[in-house]
Amino acid sequence: MSSARIQTDWASPVMQARVRRRYAKERRFRFLGLAALALAGSFLFFLLGTIFSDGYTGFLRTEVKLSVEYDAFELGIDRSAIEGAGGENALNTANFQGVMMAAATARAQSLGVAAKDIVSDGAWLALREAVRENPDLIGSRVDVWVPTSGDFDLLGKGLVERDVPEANRPVSDAEIAAFDRLKAEDAVRTTLNTTFLSMADSTSPELAGIWGAAKGSLLTLAVTLLLCFPIGVMTAIYLEEYAPKNRFTDLIEVSINNLAAVPSIIFGLLGLAVFLNFFGMPRSAPIVGGLTLALMTLPVIVIAGRIAMKSVPPSIRDAALGVGASQIQVVFHHVLPLALPGILTGTIIGMARALGETAPLLMIGMRAFVTDVPGGLTTPATVLPVQIFLWSDEVARGFVEKTSAAIMVLLVFLMLMNGLAIYLRNKFEKRW
Amino acid sequence: MNDMMATMTANAEATMSAPKMTARDVKVFYGEKQALNGVSIDVHSDLVTAFIGPSGCGKSTFLRCLNRMNDTIETARMEGNIELEGHNIYAPDMDVVQLRARVGMVFQKPNPFPKSIFENVAYGPRIHGLSSTKAELDTIVEQSLVRAGLWNEVKDRLQDSGTALSGGQQQRLCIARAIAVDPEVILMDEPCSALDPIATAKIEELIDDLRGRYAIVIVTHNMQQAARVSQRTAFFHLGTLVEYGDTAEIFTNPREQRTKDYITGRFG
Repeated sequence: MSSARIQTDWASPVMQARVRRRYAKERRFRFLGLAALALAGSFLFFLLGTIFSDGYTGFLRTEVKLSVEYDAFELGIDRSAIEGAGGENALNTANFQGVMMAAATARAQSLGVAAKDIVSDGAWLALREAVRENPDLIGSRVDVWVPTSGDFDLLGKGLVERDVPEANRPVSDAEIAAFDRLKAEDAVRTTLNTTFLSMADSTSPELAGIWGAAKGSLLTLAVTLLLCFPIGVMTAIYLEEYAPKNRFTDLIEVSINNLAAVPSIIFGLLGLAVFLNFFGMPRSAPIVGGLTLALMTLPVIVIAGRIAMKSVPPSIRDAALGVGASQIQVVFHHVLPLALPGILTGTIIGMARALGETAPLLMIGMRAFVTDVPGGLTTPATVLPVQIFLWSDEVARGFVEKTSAAIMVLLVFLMLMNGLAIYLRNKFEKRW
Repeated sequence: MNDMMATMTANAEATMSAPKMTARDVKVFYGEKQALNGVSIDVHSDLVTAFIGPSGCGKSTFLRCLNRMNDTIETARMEGNIELEGHNIYAPDMDVVQLRARVGMVFQKPNPFPKSIFENVAYGPRIHGLSSTKAELDTIVEQSLVRAGLWNEVKDRLQDSGTALSGGQQQRLCIARAIAVDPEVILMDEPCSALDPIATAKIEELIDDLRGRYAIVIVTHNMQQAARVSQRTAFFHLGTLVEYGDTAEIFTNPREQRTKDYITGRFG
């Protein structure tokens, strides 16, 4: 064809309009992207801000100063009983509750309220700890800081709206007046809530702790990791390096991908049917929780492992085979070390998902009300997300801050795990 | 030209020796597709044999048959007979790991392990148990690097990563790695195609130095390279071995029209 093309006029108005439209399009797109980012950021900020502002008081507690008489007769023990062989037993049977009640009642009467309005049900535990550390206290009268009741705790943290009519708030006018008098006498203070960080669940918010659930989570995840990691990695190695490519292995691959997408509650039902009903394992136990979560996490690790091994360049395999390495040497000397960062990242992401999982654990009884920190793999336990679920359901006002504080603990765990994943990835990553 | 004459006389004597590897009627299929239609070649121990031909002619496929690297390709199937010193390398009693130790390979793209220079060279001897002491291993590594012409450049940084070297150095490191297992045959699959001219010249020099100690088979796209480094040349086209003979003969007086066309640049 010989018809010559007309010379393009790059400066013509049509062209310039086209250029302007192109720039405008670019700007609009960038603006939309930025807006999306800002929106997502503000949601995250709002979420974390709410959790933090609600939750930080959960790590604090209000204490009241009481004058306590460690009367040996009232306690029913003396120094020699504590220092003797059965000291621990003597401490546990001693009537610290009576001593506490006497001191609290004396103080409460002077303020015009009941003893239980001032001090926590568990305040006597503080007395027992004090005597355990210093048996000389018996027979003396000293000022002791003990945890306040839940209502006083709210007052101490300023969480009570005083201008609301009395009928509509949890704290009575008499209690507010009593609290203000104590405050004026400098007999209340706010300190770190060691109970929250070291104890397990309780019906009273001021006595409830997160450590039980945290330890339950740790034990459960330990079981999950110990099962999932070796089995998942070996499966991935076999499927990727050894298995023939045929209909059967295709079927296995599809099944694994499907399993990774199965809703977690189904795994809970499976755990209930298999581990509890068939094998008769104990209810609410970390070992069963770990096994159930392992079923859920296994496909994630297998898939991550296969992807990581697939991304190892074939030239490295060729090089190893070329100097006469056997298949197993190729895998363990070359492929696995290079795939390790990817495998570890996938594993930790799977573990993080397991850490945040609630539904399957409800099915196997880990929603039980457990007041002891779990001691082993078969003792009843609960886990962090289930604890959050349980506390969010509580009526008492004091559990609001506990719920948010528990969420903060869970988020810290998750951040630590993700940090570990990034650290391991950077440490083992090699370039070729 | 004098060089070429000298090589030609050397060839005439060398071709008399018994072949190191013999291939008879080798056919390779990738699934349904046939990649090689009956190739028969002898590889001689103290010569460099070059395989030339246009892309997709089967020369690399054939090379990979010689140490059974095609085994790793799921769909590949091989017929025919390849012998190493009279033993069929595809026989059931042939251990493929030992075969690959005896018939080493250097690849198109330099592929050092992402480990230290020392570890790269020491890996082969280590897995085959070729040294019993650290001192022996050190000697093997040094010797191999010396033979690969890399020792002087890397002797002060053996613990540096092999991947930190330049492309040409990496390829010589791969050659050192192949030499370290003391193979009888070294297969080179377009070893210079990813390298610049200076690095290429060094590798060619090295191939010349290694001749005599190892049987070398080199696949190349570059006809000048084949002419420079080899004594025997095989021309492949469309899965068929068109012509195989002394390099000087192939380049100056080819018997087949297709060889002539390829060498003169009519296709390729």
